[in-house]
Amino acid sequence: MSVQDMEFAEGASRRGVDWPSNGLSEVPFRLYTDPEQYRLEQERIFKGATWSYLCLAAEIPEPGDWVATTIGEVAIIVARGSDGAINAFVNRCAHRGNLLCLTRKGHDKEITCIYHGWSYDLAGQLTGVAFEKGVKRQGGMPPEFHKDDHHLQRLRVAELCGLVFGSFDDKVEDLETYLGAVVVGGMRRVLNRPAHIIGRSTQILPNNWKLYFENVKDTYHASILHSFLTTFRINRLSMPGGINIDDSGGNHFSYAKLDYAAEDADYKAAGLRSDTDLHLEDNSVVESVDEYGDQISVQILTVFPNMVLQQVRNTIAVRVIRPRGVDRTELDWVHLGFDDDDDAMTERRLRQGNLIGAAGYISMEDGCVGGFVQRALQYNDSGSGIVMMGGHDGESQKFRASEAAIRGFWKKYRALTGV
Amino acid sequence: MQGAGATDKTAVWLGVNELIAAYADCIDEDRLEEWPDFFVEHCHYLITDRESHQAGLRHGIIYCASRGMLMDRVTSLRRVLMFEAHRYRHVVGAASIARTENGVAETRANFLAMRIMHDGEMQVFATGRYLDRIDVSSTPYRFIERLVVLDSQKIDTLLVIPL
Repeated sequence: MSVQDMEFAEGASRRGVDWPSNGLSEVPFRLYTDPEQYRLEQERIFKGATWSYLCLAAEIPEPGDWVATTIGEVAIIVARGSDGAINAFVNRCAHRGNLLCLTRKGHDKEITCIYHGWSYDLAGQLTGVAFEKGVKRQGGMPPEFHKDDHHLQRLRVAELCGLVFGSFDDKVEDLETYLGAVVVGGMRRVLNRPAHIIGRSTQILPNNWKLYFENVKDTYHASILHSFLTTFRINRLSMPGGINIDDSGGNHFSYAKLDYAAEDADYKAAGLRSDTDLHLEDNSVVESVDEYGDQISVQILTVFPNMVLQQVRNTIAVRVIRPRGVDRTELDWVHLGFDDDDDAMTERRLRQGNLIGAAGYISMEDGCVGGFVQRALQYNDSGSGIVMMGGHDGESQKFRASEAAIRGFWKKYRALTGV
Repeated sequence: MQGAGATDKTAVWLGVNELIAAYADCIDEDRLEEWPDFFVEHCHYLITDRESHQAGLRHGIIYCASRGMLMDRVTSLRRVLMFEAHRYRHVVGAASIARTENGVAETRANFLAMRIMHDGEMQVFATGRYLDRIDVSSTPYRFIERLVVLDSQKIDTLLVIPL
C-alpha cells in the first residue's frame, strides 16, 4: 500500500462510522463518540431533509416578535413578519457572517447587525446598508451591488398544532407527510386546544444527543430504571398500550392506558403502597385526571431529529434536543398548560411537574444513564450495542416491552446519513 | 421603646440567619431526614430560575406544596431513585430582611452550592438567591415559603438533593 493509499485509508476510517450489517438491531458504539460522525450529522440530519422544531407560535404572537433558537448547532431566528406570517432564517448577517440576534427573544421592526449596521426586514430581506453611497461621495458599494439580491439564509417553515417547525431542505416533503398520519394524530390528541408556557428550564446532559433520543423511544427501560414508577405502582409494562411508528421510522409515539378510577380507589384505600413498606406522604404528585377522556395516562411522541412531545398524566411538555458537541446535549423543557385550565388544573400540573425535568422523579435518571453510557464508551467504543427486544424491525407494535422505536430511529438515521 | 424595637429587630435578624445557616448545614452534612422540619406544614418550596421567576412562572424544577411532598423527596432519594453519590457545600451570605409583618419575615440571601461527586470531582453546581417567607411568630423559626431562584436556567442533569 502506498503512503497515499494509507493516508486515504486512514482518512476514510475517520470519516464517519461503518454499519456492521444491513440490520437495525446492532448499533455501533462509535456513533456516540466519533467527532467526524457528529459533523456529518449536522450536515445530513439537522441541515438535511428533516423538519426541526423551532418554537411555539404562541411565543411570537405579534408582528415583530422574534425568538432565537438553534437547529443542531446552527443559530436560527424565528420572526413573525408584518404580514403575520412566521419566517425563519439563519442568525448570520449576509455581509460578514456576524451573529444578528444576541438575546433569546425580542420585538423589532427590523433586524440590524451591530457590526456594520446592515438591516433586514422580518422576512430576512436586506433593506439597509450603512454608508451604501459612501461618505462625502467617497467609498460606498459599487453600482453592481443591489440590496434586493441579498437576504438571510431562509428556512422552510411549517406550523402544526401551534408548534413551528423549520427545514433547511427545499425538497423535504410537507410536514404532515413527513410525520405520518398516525403521529400527526398523536400530536393533535395532546395539543387539542390553545396552550401557553407555564415553565421552562434547560437540563445539561453529559452524553451524545442520540443516547437521549433513543432513551425517549425506549419503552423497555421505563419500568426497570425508573423505580419510582414501580415502587409506587405508577406505570408498568403490563398496562395496556403500544408503540406507533411512522413509515420512515424517525417519528413515533408510545402510550399506555391507566384505569384512573381503580387507581383513585386504591390510593384512598391504602395510600400509594407498593410491595415494600414505602408510601408517599402526599399523593398529589400523581393525583391526575383523565383530561382527554381516553384513559391514556402516558403518551411520549418524538419528531426526528429534535423534539419530544410528552403527556405524562397531566404534565404536558415539549422537550427540545440540542446537540452541543459529541458528548454533550442540552435538553430544553417547555412546560405547557392550556388556556382553559382552572386553578385546580394548574396546581395539578405544577405538582405533577416533580415527575419530569432535571429534578424529576423519572427524568433525572434518564439524564444520568446517558452520561453513564457515554463514560463507559470513552476510548472503548469498538463493537456494537444490541437492540433486539421485540424483533428486528422498526415498525409499530401493540406492546411496549420492545425496542422497535429505537430501531425506527436508526432506520431514519441510516437513510439520511448513508451509514 | 426605640431601643426595645431595635432589640426585637436584631433578635429576628439573628434568628433568621441561624435558621438559614442550620438549613444549609442539614443538607451539606447529609441529615436530610431533618430537612422537612425546617418548614411549616403548609409550605411552598420551589426551585426556579431568574428568568422564569421574573416572568411570574410558578412551574419549578422542584415544586413542593406541603411538608409531605418534602418528605417524599427525601424518601425517594434515600430509597428509590438511582443516581451517583454526591454532596453539596453551600456558602450562604448573610440574609437581609425586607420586611416583617404579622409574624412573617420576608428575607433574601445569596448562595453558592458546590457539588462534590463520590469520586472527588467538584464543580460549581448552582448560584442564586433564596427568597424566603419565614414564620418568626414563635420559635423555632420555620419557612413558610422558600423560593430558590437560580441565576442560570441551565441545570446539570442531576438535581436530587435539595438546594
